[in-house]
Amino acid sequence: MSTQSVLFDAPGPRARRRHAILAVVGVAVALAALYFVLRKMQAANQLQGFMWKPFVTDRAVWRDYLLPGLWGTVKAALISIVLAGVFGLVFGIGRLSTVAPVRWVSSVVVEFFRAVPVLIMMIFAFGVYTRSHVFADALNPLAAVVTGLTLYNGSVIAELVRSGVHALPAGQGEAGLSIGLTPGQVLRSIQLPQALTAMLPALIGQFVTILKDSALGYQVLYSSELLSQSKTLGSNFANTVPAYIVAAILFITMNYLLSRLAVYVERRLSRRGRTTLHATGPVLGDADQEPAPPVSAGSAGLGR
Amino acid sequence: MGNVLSNYDILGAFWGTILLSIFGTIGSLILGTIVAVLRLSPVKVFQWLGTWYVNTFRNTPLTLLMVFSVLGMTYILGINLDPTDIKGNAFRWAVVMLSIYHGAFICEALRSGVNTVPAGQAEAARAMGLTFGQSMRHVLLPQAFRGAIAPIGSTIIALVKNTTVAVVVGVAEAANLMSVVIENEGSSIGVFLVFAIGFVILTLPLGLLFTSLSRRLAVKR
Repeated sequence: MSTQSVLFDAPGPRARRRHAILAVVGVAVALAALYFVLRKMQAANQLQGFMWKPFVTDRAVWRDYLLPGLWGTVKAALISIVLAGVFGLVFGIGRLSTVAPVRWVSSVVVEFFRAVPVLIMMIFAFGVYTRSHVFADALNPLAAVVTGLTLYNGSVIAELVRSGVHALPAGQGEAGLSIGLTPGQVLRSIQLPQALTAMLPALIGQFVTILKDSALGYQVLYSSELLSQSKTLGSNFANTVPAYIVAAILFITMNYLLSRLAVYVERRLSRRGRTTLHATGPVLGDADQEPAPPVSAGSAGLGR
Repeated sequence: MGNVLSNYDILGAFWGTILLSIFGTIGSLILGTIVAVLRLSPVKVFQWLGTWYVNTFRNTPLTLLMVFSVLGMTYILGINLDPTDIKGNAFRWAVVMLSIYHGAFICEALRSGVNTVPAGQAEAARAMGLTFGQSMRHVLLPQAFRGAIAPIGSTIIALVKNTTVAVVVGVAEAANLMSVVIENEGSSIGVFLVFAIGFVILTLPLGLLFTSLSRRLAVKR
């Protein structure tokens, strides 16, 4: 029996007939919903040609709004993932340290920043930067976005580092210790290299989260990000609704492709017999609960 | 610091956050369950619809959904959820968008719970002569729900934190008040800590609760 799903048997003739009927009903409901949406948009005059045409005919739409917006989003995300990687590595290793106070401090830092909403950190950072003039004024919004994203995602990555190390077979660390390496050397030359490879899919998944969260820059006046750009586009071309829909499609495409990449990398790694952390795996608070579930308050891909 | 903050209704703001969280959780659990049933059903068309929903809403920024709800849905498409009150409309849309967005994650959580059940369990149930309904009720679903507790917990915690995004449509909740305070009084570490710790107080017990639940109810395999 080839179980495509644990829940159902392979359908017999009666079940197949029932499924066919349900399929027709499903298509009908979907079409009805689509019709309803289109009619609603029609009624609000949102289906007129002049609103949608610029996306194909007017180069300015892409040159002046959407592409700069994409770049603004990707730029913030790239800076953040690099900084978050550093932050995560430092505190992830800190939580694995053999020195108890280092472990405590790292734990408090990581748990704190994971529990605080990214937006709260952005608003705070923006407030600080505008008063203190650490950065050039024009850079404040970007700096605030990057700060928020780095602190939150850095903590998530710290958890990934920790659960990556915990997910390794215990024999790896024990073998290292038994040939006379110090715990630090075991971590550096045996456990971390394997843990970092195992993290790769989850890290790509985290990048999706960062890309989505960079849209929060909308609230701290980071105007070169895709959502803000499409808002401006919408008011300049009098096509608000189409502009948001196109922005959404861009976000969805970008993130969907990245998620596929994460799945692909994960398959490749596990084909080579490596331990991996799932890109969208459930993650709740404790990585000590052995192999599978690394789950964090924010958790890779869950909600944020 | 203390007297500065006493001018503001911090508890009231967090009450807004809590209301958004409660309604959002209820909504997303309902939506997520429906979508999970679609994705797990044996009918291909239903599976496609469910997959479409998850891929669409899991990959769209919540901020975009929120902004669109008021600027697009209400102002342009004229879908007003509370014609008597602008604030009420924003609040209701925020709940709807939180539900839609997190529904996609709840669906995936439920599905991952089902995936933790080994196929042998279903086969054994059938071999014992249990009917479809019986094997669902006594064998498969109990295990699936237990497997889904941890990811559902993570999603709900993420939802609580994501209620802050409602600030973009001006719903009265914590991030909104924090912006106002910073606007008026400047950005001090004290203000940040008050709001940050408020969220720690909200999310920490939830995290502990779900961790202990998922441990206690874990299926030993």
